Amino acid sequence: MNVDWFWGLTGGLMIGCAAALYLLGNGRIMGVSGILGGLIEGSARNEMRERLMFLAGLICMPMILQFFSAPSVNTHITSNLGLIIAGGLLVGLGTRIGNGCTSGHGVCGISRLSPRGIVATLVYIAAGALMVVALRALAGGI
Amino acid sequence: MRMVISLFVGGLFGTGLHLSGMTDTAKVQGFLDFFGAWDVTLAFVMGGAIVPMFFAWRLTATRAPLAGGSFPAKPDPALDRNLILGAVLFGAGWGLVGLCPGPALASLSYGGLGGLVFLVAMLIGMAGAPRAKAWLDRPGVAA
Repeated sequence: MNVDWFWGLTGGLMIGCAAALYLLGNGRIMGVSGILGGLIEGSARNEMRERLMFLAGLICMPMILQFFSAPSVNTHITSNLGLIIAGGLLVGLGTRIGNGCTSGHGVCGISRLSPRGIVATLVYIAAGALMVVALRALAGGI
Repeated sequence: MRMVISLFVGGLFGTGLHLSGMTDTAKVQGFLDFFGAWDVTLAFVMGGAIVPMFFAWRLTATRAPLAGGSFPAKPDPALDRNLILGAVLFGAGWGLVGLCPGPALASLSYGGLGGLVFLVAMLIGMAGAPRAKAWLDRPGVAA
């Protein structure tokens, strides 16, 4: 079993503090699919600017941090464009139909003891695990 | 004030995702690989993130947001078909590539062409969702 518990916990606490600040400061739920979906479907001017600022921070901080970490640890995304397109479409469609993703249902929902957040999280983890098993069986690896 | 908070929150979220390794598709797929070389790091990330938020939700009972406005209302707790169906579709795509919306944005600068294609496909999926929802909820179909 592999685990990088120290950085996992440190990064996790930062994510939780970010979500707590967004809630207590701006009164908003830090759900990335909701923020992106709201921008696509159109939102009020002020809310739109808030969402764009959030996205700017989310994209720019890792851009800066990557120069301080080994390139090999940043990502291992597959080179199979068919898988990437199918995965992207499913994630986009699924998070908007189910009204949340890992940040909204997972971080914000579970911490509120919301039955919807807890059930959605269990379901998407189960679906993801089945997909990884299927990938392994069909392609002999990921 | 709201804009500064939003920028800071996005930056802190991105820092947490990067440092915890959640922008690395291999670590996410490793978590989902219960029957292989299981990588439990994601559980520590999720657990670590839930703790501050648990206390934040408690505080919402007695105060108002610092920058004004009000807290979001508690949603209807009912578990409907769209919630389950959406979670199944999302989970399938998440397992397929190892990216969910937050990390897809956070890894944009080092995800290469693949990362960019994923983001575009995800946005197209999101844009198509209202139509898919309208079709799912069409009259005559039991929820």
